[in-house]
Amino acid sequence: MKMKRLIVILTLISMFVLLFGFGASAEPFRVAFLMPSAINDFAWSQSMYEALLTIQKEMGKENFEFVYSENMFVVADAAAAIRDYASEGYDLVIAHGSQYGASLSDIAPDFPDTSFAWGSTANVFADLGITNIFAYEPFSEQGGYVNGVLAAKLSKSNIYGVIGPIETGDAKRYTEGFKAGIKSVKPDAKINVTWIGSYSDVALASEAAQTHIDAGADILTGTSQMTVGAIGVAKQRGALWFGYDVDQSTLAPQNVVASVDVIWTIALKPIIEMIQKGERGGKIFTLNLANGGLKIVVNEEALVGKTIEDIVKGNVEVKVEE
Amino acid sequence: MKYRNIREMSMSFIPIAAFLLALFIGTIMITFLGVNPLVAYQALLKGAFGSTNAIADTVVKATPLLFVGLGICIAFRAGVLNIGGEGQLVVGALSATIVCLNFSDLSGWILMVLALLVGLLCGAIWAGIAGFLKAYFKVNEILSTIMLNYIAAYGMNYLLRGPIMDPLQIELGSFIPQTTRLTHLVDLPRLIPTRLHFGTIVAVVFAILVYIFLWRTTIGFRIRMIGQNIQASRASGINVQKYMVLAFVLSGALVGLGGAIEVLGVHHRLFTDGSVSGFTGSAGFNGIVAALFGQLHPIGTIPASLLLGALLTGANKMQRAVQIPSALIGALNGLIVLFVVGSEYLRRSQASRMERSAEPKTNSKNKNENKKESQ
Amino acid sequence: MMEAIIIGIAKSAIRLATPYLYASIGETIGQLSGVLNLGVDGVMLMGAFSAFYMVLKTGNLWLGLLVAIIVGAIFGLLIAFINVTLKAEQGISGIGVYIFGLGLSSLLFSTMVGTVQTVSGFSPLSIPWLSNLPIVGEIFFHQNILVYGAFALIPLAWFILNKTPLGLSIRAVGQNPEAADSLGVSIVRIRYFTVVLGGMLSGIAGASLSIALLNVFQQNLTNGMGFIAVALVYFGAWRPTTVLTGALLFSTVNAIQIWVQVHGINIPSDFTLMLPYIVTIVVLAAMAKRRIHPPAALNKLFERGE
Repeated sequence: MKMKRLIVILTLISMFVLLFGFGASAEPFRVAFLMPSAINDFAWSQSMYEALLTIQKEMGKENFEFVYSENMFVVADAAAAIRDYASEGYDLVIAHGSQYGASLSDIAPDFPDTSFAWGSTANVFADLGITNIFAYEPFSEQGGYVNGVLAAKLSKSNIYGVIGPIETGDAKRYTEGFKAGIKSVKPDAKINVTWIGSYSDVALASEAAQTHIDAGADILTGTSQMTVGAIGVAKQRGALWFGYDVDQSTLAPQNVVASVDVIWTIALKPIIEMIQKGERGGKIFTLNLANGGLKIVVNEEALVGKTIEDIVKGNVEVKVEE
Repeated sequence: MKYRNIREMSMSFIPIAAFLLALFIGTIMITFLGVNPLVAYQALLKGAFGSTNAIADTVVKATPLLFVGLGICIAFRAGVLNIGGEGQLVVGALSATIVCLNFSDLSGWILMVLALLVGLLCGAIWAGIAGFLKAYFKVNEILSTIMLNYIAAYGMNYLLRGPIMDPLQIELGSFIPQTTRLTHLVDLPRLIPTRLHFGTIVAVVFAILVYIFLWRTTIGFRIRMIGQNIQASRASGINVQKYMVLAFVLSGALVGLGGAIEVLGVHHRLFTDGSVSGFTGSAGFNGIVAALFGQLHPIGTIPASLLLGALLTGANKMQRAVQIPSALIGALNGLIVLFVVGSEYLRRSQASRMERSAEPKTNSKNKNENKKESQ
Repeated sequence: MMEAIIIGIAKSAIRLATPYLYASIGETIGQLSGVLNLGVDGVMLMGAFSAFYMVLKTGNLWLGLLVAIIVGAIFGLLIAFINVTLKAEQGISGIGVYIFGLGLSSLLFSTMVGTVQTVSGFSPLSIPWLSNLPIVGEIFFHQNILVYGAFALIPLAWFILNKTPLGLSIRAVGQNPEAADSLGVSIVRIRYFTVVLGGMLSGIAGASLSIALLNVFQQNLTNGMGFIAVALVYFGAWRPTTVLTGALLFSTVNAIQIWVQVHGINIPSDFTLMLPYIVTIVVLAAMAKRRIHPPAALNKLFERGE
């Protein structure tokens, strides 16, 4: 009799545990995503949006939910949004932009049960005693370096043009890497750099591209959403383009040789795992060629192999000057 | 405002009716995207007024609108069109930030007041350039103020990516274009434990001061007179050029102060994303809308700024709550502005109709109609 | 070498000036009749998107241009209705149109197109014989048709405004509405005409970007160009020829500063970027002696009672 009762109790307990376990994992992982431009900006924001879609596809819609707010370039509004999403109980709030860091450091302490992530940066505000912020940092200079090496091997005029937004952040690092990459193959290369002064002035980007080509450049590159203007000119005048953030070859399949695709999932997946295990922040995730965070999407596979290997093995050091 | 009868009271509902009409069109757009409009508008209200934090956000958003609006009241009443709010906000913010970064050994209160004063002065100078150019070189101020906006933006970019960039950014190698967080000593005091800061009180105080200035001082009277009738002002011996410059200077001072207060009260640092609107939130333009809705009256600008702030805050919340594209929010904001500004006609025609019905029966009706047509 | 530099910069300047020319002339005509429209940028964006979408779906460039003109006209009607019939505060209504146009064009782009893509727009068209002239031929006569249109617009606008009864009516309505009214000129009809025309020209300005010069559409493609176009109206003192000067001045300095950056001259980019704006103000100030005749009835941003 006692045995029977024991078995019943044990079965009930195990059923309970199973049900409870099931119930816990049935709750979807909820992410809120803020970005400074649109999901179709063909650059920074689109890149992360696609990564989130990839994760959703892999995990399934019932296990992974995400909501987003585009065009949050007004930092005060973004701060309100971050606070709001956090108070709505999202597991992870991604503030995708370097201008959001300051707001995050203010808001995160008020929501110890929420995780926050931002980039590009290596700052998790540990010095402020904050433990629920993750940081992600693409090593854009590495991507730039590889693009530069490829460019140097392809260029006939040995003159190159860079069309950047403003000389800060990833744009600056990418450009320095690009220059270093070219110089490593052809030390006497002429690399001209223009800064458009905005992330969205397509007309000025287009004219900059024209001027670069007039100055003899047969290879162009650049970052941010205004580069669509430059890619258009490259297409029109037969120059080659190296892209960043997303695979830009769809815009000009004959002219876009390679793009540095930033694979944010390399950071997002471990972040999600850590949160599910109960760790809310404090780690910096770099995205580079070695860990697959940066992927060179190229048409001429053969040229790439050696350089990526070299960097991965640590044979090549990329330094960014101020 | 005393309502003499029901009809007069119903007049003030016209802008509200217009607002609702705009929302109705918005409803069509929202429904088209597959979202329940009732839920959407509920979120709009909740976002603007639904909690202490929401109200705080609304008021914090309204504060720079009020500062700019007050500046616009002075400028537009003098007949000078100050479209340079964005640039003046930035110059005020930039100068206040630089003061805080470089004089950090001063005591908290002194540094705070000094920074605000410098912000005020620099905003005044920035607008004063446009005023000087207009008064003495006939440079149209719409052109000069718009151009100065861009110049201020590029100047800010230069400083933030170089001389005043946070040393931490250089150390970390991330080169984010922002300054270090300013010392907590210059934070504007909070009113309630929310984002609400003392700058709002300063703004309201200045609204009263601007009212007193414009209607109770000789200088203010002269400024208004220049706006009304520049020929008569000249004829009565007023140095029109001097007062034009003054109007610009005062206008820029208010806006510059607003920019400085945004830094010390809200952001506690300066940053850029290339354009200035990341920092200003386009307050330099929205403030014009607020001032005009407030009938260019400093006291009227207070509720106008608050309502505009509520709209903007609520709309953002609506976007988050029902996940509609931010572009739809923008289109809706534009529609609301159009409908409300268009409804002024109804309000005015109602007003003059009631005036006429109160007048003794003469040929006044014909005269008024002719006047309207030839405008 | 010098020749190539001049040609490059000049061609750049002409391309950059094109949208400003269309939009500024449109605004000039509207302002001459007494109506201020600050929403030019919003209409440009709607024109740009409409043209782009039409060309994307049909491949027909002229159809794209036509749609941009129609959409611009519709917005012009809206602006005219609000400013002329409803007698609204023109400054605010302009800002409202801008915000609405920016939002609507972005929304339509996101829902109807989705991803960024290019189209094959108007390509450069060489004018026979003229394009063979040394230097000048390369600069002026190897541009696309919308560029030619923008420059042809200047003498056309000058002619209409100064040599036709219509132009006289327009200027009369803006200068002295009572007098014009007593002479039988319909103020309302003239103002509707000029504002709708202005809308159409803004639509073409937008199309010149999306289906000729840039061949792409993106949210906020114009990035504030419409406001510069309005500013240039004041530089031009409501005269088409001076508007041309202003647009070319601004664009040339912009082209030069790009050139300066490309050729590695060691000036921080932020300062070279400022140049077009500074130079425009300085040149305008230097022209201080000339006489300016703003339309007396130009409904300024505040209306002082009835």
